[in-house]
Amino acid sequence: MRAAVIVFPGSNCDRDMAVAFRAAGAEVAMVWHKDDHLPDGTDIVGIPGGFSFGDYLRCGAIAAKSPISQSVVAHAGRGGYVLGVCNGFQVLTETGLLPGALMRNANLKFICKPVELTVASADSAFTSGYRKGQKITIPVAHHDGNYQVDEATLAGLVAEDRIAFTYQGNPNGSTADIAGVLSANRRVLGMMPHPERAADPAHGGTDGVAMFRSLAGALVTA
Amino acid sequence: MKVRVDVMLKTGVLDPQGEAVRHALGAMGFEGVEAVRQGKVIELEVADGTSEDTIREMCEKLLANTVIENYAVKVLG
Repeated sequence: MRAAVIVFPGSNCDRDMAVAFRAAGAEVAMVWHKDDHLPDGTDIVGIPGGFSFGDYLRCGAIAAKSPISQSVVAHAGRGGYVLGVCNGFQVLTETGLLPGALMRNANLKFICKPVELTVASADSAFTSGYRKGQKITIPVAHHDGNYQVDEATLAGLVAEDRIAFTYQGNPNGSTADIAGVLSANRRVLGMMPHPERAADPAHGGTDGVAMFRSLAGALVTA
Repeated sequence: MKVRVDVMLKTGVLDPQGEAVRHALGAMGFEGVEAVRQGKVIELEVADGTSEDTIREMCEKLLANTVIENYAVKVLG
């Protein structure tokens, strides 16, 4: 598996994501946002957490228009895989690769704690290492993780089994407790919780490891 | 020329910040504030003759997220 982790000014989980990909056996390239193309042979793009461009205008809005983001959209258009975590999820909604929007947490507080998630769909390369209905614990750290979609879009997500994870005890006001959603082709995942922060026993939990391992299994470099 | 863009959350989209402001006003003793919606004002200095269509394109592509926000363009001259 060849992974490309995008680095924006203000990204701060890029190295953590790279470590988690490498631990699963990936070759990882760090790609600066001003680059206009991904390394040849990139299987999966990781868009990390952080505060790209200082969260100016809207979280993820300016990153979504940076040169590399056009390449990420093209990569997804070709059927390439993309994982967006936290700010990366915000970037994916701003590019239009995923539906909905992430708004200020309903309680207006920055939330930083481990949360329990339910695996709502195991039908993707990201989630096939889990069982549907499995409870896992993954940390969140965000101020704007309140996922909002209109009713028609939500009905579509449910009908197509595109809700990957839901919160147990909704921390941020997200519609239908949604913590992570998949694209229609199931190859783009955006999620607010940080699987790369639950990828080593020293993190205090390893429930994120299965995601990187299942990706590595699905994306064996030819 | 100067252009002003007002960006507001669409009706029906929850606005937790506006709600917090409404609560604060109530706590300060201002009665009868039934709703507060918080938005953004963006002022642009653009080349004379820039079309409103171009400004709208800026709004659609960057200044507003039309999934959750409406915008209004006003040329200030």
